[in-house]
Amino acid sequence: MNGDYAIEAQGLSKHFGNLKAVDSLDLKVPRGQIYGFLGPNGSGKSTTIRMLCGLLTPTEGSATVLGTHIPGRARDLRPRIGYMTQKFSLFGDMTVLENLQFISEIYSYPRTDRKARIEELLVRYDLTEQRRQMAGTMSGGQKQRLALACAVLHKPNLLLLDEPTSAVDPQSRRDFWANLFRLAEGGTTIMVSTHYMDEAERCHRLAILDRGVKVADGTPQHLQATTGMHVIEVLAEDPYAAQSAIHDLAEVASVTQLGVRLRVLISERFDQPLEIVESALTRAGVRAESIISSATLEDVFVAVTMGPEERAA
Amino acid sequence: MISLSRMGAIIRKEVRQLRRDRLTFGMVFGLPIIQILLFGYAINTDVRNLHAAVADQANTSLSREFVADVEATQVVRFVDQAETPAELEAMLRRGDISIGVFIPPDFDRRVVDQTRSAVHVLVDGSDPTVLGVAAQLRNVPVQFGSGSQRQAVELIETRAYYNPERRTPVNIVPGLMGVILMMTMMLFTAVAIVREKERGNLELLINTPVSSAELMIGKVTPYVLIGLLQLGLILGVGRLLFDVPVRGSVLDLYIAGTAFIAAKLSLGLLISTAVRTQFQAMQMTVFILMPSILLSGFMFPFAGMPQVAQFIGEVLPTTHFIRLTRGIMLRDASLFELTPDFLYLVGFTVVAMTIAALRFTKRLD
Ligand SMILES: Nc1ncnc2c1ncn2[C@@H]1O[C@H](COP(=O)(O)OP(=O)(O)OP(=O)(O)O)[C@@H](O)[C@H]1O
Ligand SMILES: [Mg+2]
Repeated sequence: MNGDYAIEAQGLSKHFGNLKAVDSLDLKVPRGQIYGFLGPNGSGKSTTIRMLCGLLTPTEGSATVLGTHIPGRARDLRPRIGYMTQKFSLFGDMTVLENLQFISEIYSYPRTDRKARIEELLVRYDLTEQRRQMAGTMSGGQKQRLALACAVLHKPNLLLLDEPTSAVDPQSRRDFWANLFRLAEGGTTIMVSTHYMDEAERCHRLAILDRGVKVADGTPQHLQATTGMHVIEVLAEDPYAAQSAIHDLAEVASVTQLGVRLRVLISERFDQPLEIVESALTRAGVRAESIISSATLEDVFVAVTMGPEERAA
Repeated sequence: MISLSRMGAIIRKEVRQLRRDRLTFGMVFGLPIIQILLFGYAINTDVRNLHAAVADQANTSLSREFVADVEATQVVRFVDQAETPAELEAMLRRGDISIGVFIPPDFDRRVVDQTRSAVHVLVDGSDPTVLGVAAQLRNVPVQFGSGSQRQAVELIETRAYYNPERRTPVNIVPGLMGVILMMTMMLFTAVAIVREKERGNLELLINTPVSSAELMIGKVTPYVLIGLLQLGLILGVGRLLFDVPVRGSVLDLYIAGTAFIAAKLSLGLLISTAVRTQFQAMQMTVFILMPSILLSGFMFPFAGMPQVAQFIGEVLPTTHFIRLTRGIMLRDASLFELTPDFLYLVGFTVVAMTIAALRFTKRLD
């Protein structure tokens, strides 16, 4: 048994016709950690997760999940993994309680402990007031808490969460993540896909996918330290004019506006990034202040997911 | 290994959702009642009271007696009088009448002569049933004199063939049982799995330890019970309103019913595995529904259909079930005398269920 990793995938690929939704993906997810999965829309996050839990058959490659070979013996895995789908997939015309009961029955949770386990989950995921409410009528955040409660009910060793916090307010997201950390401390391995940078920063490790290809992999700190990009922050009175002045520079890989500030990425191949930006601004007659900044995860994301033509800059 | 507790969980969930779905729940019991009322009252092959007019140019006692005899059959009701055949034709064209009876001035002589027809019946041939009714009129005897001297011309005992009690429902209800069960059973199951596919529930379900067989059987079981309830309902209403008898064994009828329900549910599941949306499932159901209604012997006598139609009819489970119900209910036949039809239903179930379970892989691709 490969004791250290909950998931090990080699050359995992999924093709839909000509589309390579996932392309030769290698993954190593350490046990007991929260592993983030980042990527733009359509980059293959859901497809990868579905392959890992045996819902989709890989076109090529294979994986070992909790010591079980995929796709061959996916069925043996079911009792040991919890999967939270991107789209709400519980029964809208049943109450919160009925959904939890159904899940406990379908996973053959020990009959004598069912009630206690469900009560515990209702409290833990703050659903006690909704217990008799139809699941379909709940708010987005409540639905996601219920989905998580159902995914963890049978105490799985591995949790696969596909964008569990889309449509959840910041406070609820913090609570949601507190729950994830608690689960990880209890020894559960969690793989979670997300679009939120603040969530990505909380992960122990993360992988970034772009068009089916893994473009970065490591701890958030490691990724930030190895972007291969200078980051210049520009504070301008007229950010729009500043953006026009630097956007088309050959050296500039990308410009992102954040309020009155611009974050400019320039490849590390260029030695004096600050001078490049400042001279362009001066030439355009834009008054602005530029400073060297350090890369955030968002910068990493922008840097690794841009097209090859931009990267060549 | 099938786990009974997991299957039980699926069954309970299905029942719970069904109970909450007011519309479907209403359909389960409302549909059979509405159908049986509709078919029982509206579809009546013994046509009566067709509007008719007479142009009696003879106006003799014999001709008047003939007109009275025609009206006495109750097949037609004379709503108007005309002078000439042309007037009758005009009435036909306007749709005021379906049948015109023209009696020429020399009616009495023609009756005796018999080389020329004594009466002309003008029929609205655009409706085939009216044509059929007109044929009955041909058989109305024309009689001379009265009392013991009565002498009938063109004697064919029409009245013996006529069903004065208007017993169409007796023939319709056993067939209707097949049609109603087919509609509800097939539609419910065809939609059952696709609905979960559409709502996304299936992605969750197939990630749980539940197996394909547990899921299939669990989903279908509640509907078997519903089907048997519907069967009882149809029998009860048929009995109460139309006095439809069950001359054979009720147990035999229920056994045949169970086999038919199983066959239809398996077919529904098979459809469910072949389509992607509920709408497609509906279309497929209708696609099978139409031939089942038309070619099963429910609407038209089976033996009278063209070869190809008969062949298609033989494949459809409904055909065999209708033979079973008519046999058991009307002719007091036992299931043993009807074994081939029963075995066909069992065989159909096994084949359809197997294909459905094989087709339903617990995967998304
Ligand atoms: N069943 C399918 N048939 C055809 N193409 C598919 C199928 N499922 C996914 N795809 C395609 O594969 C690519 C990856 O899809 P996937 O759902 O994995 O993306 P994602 O990273 O989860 O995106 P999002 O952030 O929007 O959820 C997309 O281009 C999508 O259109
Ligand atoms: Mg996705």
